[in-house]
Amino acid sequence: MTAQPKVRLRNLYKIFGPIDKTVLEHVKAGMSKDDLLAQHNHVLGLQDINVDMQAGEITVVMGLSGSGKSTLIRHLNRLIEPTAGEILVDGEDVMALSKDGLRGIRQNKMSMVFQKFALLPHRTVQQNTAMPLLVRGEDPAACEAEAVKWLERVGLAGYENHYPAQLSGGMQQRVGIARALTANTDIMLMDEAFSALDPLIRTDMQDLLLELQKELHKTIIFITHDLDEALKLADHLVILKDGAVVQQGEPQGILLNPNDPYIEDFVSDINRARVLRVKSVMGPLDDTTQYAGDVDVGDSLEKLISISGGETGQAYRVLDGETPVGQLDMRDLVKALVPRVSSSKAED
Amino acid sequence: MAFYDGVFKTLGLEDWCGEAASNAPLSMADLLAKAGGEKAEAAGPIFPFPSLDHLNKSCDSVIQTRDLTKGIEDGFLAAKPALKSVLDPLTQPLSWMLDGALYLFNVVPWFIMIPLLVAISWYASRSKGVTIFVAFSICLLAFIDHYDVAMQTLSIIFVCTGISVLLGVPIGIAMSRSDSLQRATVPVLDLLQTLPTFVYLIPLIFLFSVTESKLYGIAIILYAIVPVIRLTDLGIRLVDRDVIEAANAFGMSSRQKLIGVQLPLALPNIMAGINQTIMMSLAMVVIASLVSAPGLGVNVLRGIRNLELGVGIVAGVGIVLLAVILDRVSKAALSRVDMTRVGH
Repeated sequence: MTAQPKVRLRNLYKIFGPIDKTVLEHVKAGMSKDDLLAQHNHVLGLQDINVDMQAGEITVVMGLSGSGKSTLIRHLNRLIEPTAGEILVDGEDVMALSKDGLRGIRQNKMSMVFQKFALLPHRTVQQNTAMPLLVRGEDPAACEAEAVKWLERVGLAGYENHYPAQLSGGMQQRVGIARALTANTDIMLMDEAFSALDPLIRTDMQDLLLELQKELHKTIIFITHDLDEALKLADHLVILKDGAVVQQGEPQGILLNPNDPYIEDFVSDINRARVLRVKSVMGPLDDTTQYAGDVDVGDSLEKLISISGGETGQAYRVLDGETPVGQLDMRDLVKALVPRVSSSKAED
Repeated sequence: MAFYDGVFKTLGLEDWCGEAASNAPLSMADLLAKAGGEKAEAAGPIFPFPSLDHLNKSCDSVIQTRDLTKGIEDGFLAAKPALKSVLDPLTQPLSWMLDGALYLFNVVPWFIMIPLLVAISWYASRSKGVTIFVAFSICLLAFIDHYDVAMQTLSIIFVCTGISVLLGVPIGIAMSRSDSLQRATVPVLDLLQTLPTFVYLIPLIFLFSVTESKLYGIAIILYAIVPVIRLTDLGIRLVDRDVIEAANAFGMSSRQKLIGVQLPLALPNIMAGINQTIMMSLAMVVIASLVSAPGLGVNVLRGIRNLELGVGIVAGVGIVLLAVILDRVSKAALSRVDMTRVGH
């Protein structure tokens, strides 16, 4: 882990209601969400959230609807005010900022992509894309050039003068992403950015995001309710339930080692062969074994199965680049495909 | 004796009642009774409602209803000098504007005015049909020698609508930003909208001289400003929350939000409010002819007063024509605004 996380959330609480600060004591004393609603008529949004988001990584926050994930992302730029807790961006306390300071951080440090796109319907695609720069008061001609550049990058060259209503949902979200990229901020907040799109386009957009990320190394905070999407994108996965973090860590680790029945239910429907990587199930090198071939640490188990042709009696040497780092017995691979495996083969 | 005598007696109020001899003005019934030498109360109902007048018959210290209306009138007259000294200079520019507009519309010759109006309607509506209809209607009015009165009506509407928009849009914006201001303003708007149009004129006649044009100007503006305020407020409140959230997330200041997002997206609603404002000022300008507003309304009034049926009907049709012109042009402008919003 790197020295300073880009974004840190410390003991973050959010309670919706008029006297949230008063009922906070009850929550800290252990009152449940249902009791809080029944006895005090306040809704518990988030409780005791501690998450570190590293620079250049995609942190995915996953949970079902009502788990507080959209509430959580809106705390990072204080679209929602927390009841208690600290929000640190580059070590700077967002809670201590004045109104102007907050506007500054929204303009220069964070950009946001929305589930419902939230484009300005009366502006053209190009004007929408240039909006974050125009808000900062930059030279309109330069803004325009920047907007055209990013529109081309997300595959919308030629649509500059269309209005959002003339585009399909997928294209509108590309504009949303182009808008966030034009802002040229280190941090991108994506609130269920692909949830409103149909499955094929969603896959396209996920690929586009990963491709852009390879090049730009932004700190992305991505909200989703879809585990497949979360596993595909995440460097760091945070699972929320009823406003609390149930488990967080490297996605492969969570998949192999769910620490809560809630997560077990979640991961049981996953195509594990496609999601799990060789790295997560390999064992230490042992010179006595005969290797049937070499595989890369980043290969998926699915790929390995097709290489082996379904043979389970073999073992493969695992290479990281050129150096051998471990070996994989096909029997371990098959075991890893069954949900709720014992923790012996997993690494966190 | 009167019905409620017993009540005052049992309450032990006889002394208090006897103190004041009534000095209220006589009612017509009392006057007739005095003249005829009969007892007025003889014809009264067996069990009257304990109203002020009936209680007064048993006890002189209770005021009569006529004292109440007289009190209101006296109060108004007493407050008049102070109110007038504040309102008169404040509203004087309205008189100048109305007189100026009337002068301008009359002094510009028809061969400049008609093409100008047609050009304006083309610019606003960008619709051939509407523009041709406007040209046809104005020429028709001019052909039957109603050009001058129609222009007077039009000039009053231009001034009053313009001022209504200038005042109404900022008020609407302020209302959309503050719930407490909205709660305070809505009853006033309801009152302005439900007051019978003639009632507007009563306090104004007391305050200002009937010869001043601001008298009818104020009446028209008070009546017509309501829809533009309401729809500005509504339009801004109806702007998509997601879009506002995006504007916040990218750090727009409230000024940037208002000019760049809220007003453009509320524009179709604001335009609908302006359309209603124009229609309502046209309705009021006819009634305002009772207090010396010039224009087509005067002819309608003449039709009623002198039973000149034809004069009244022609003027009425002229008003309808003006109404249709103004409505079509402003609606066409509205739909044009809506089009750019959808972007087709």
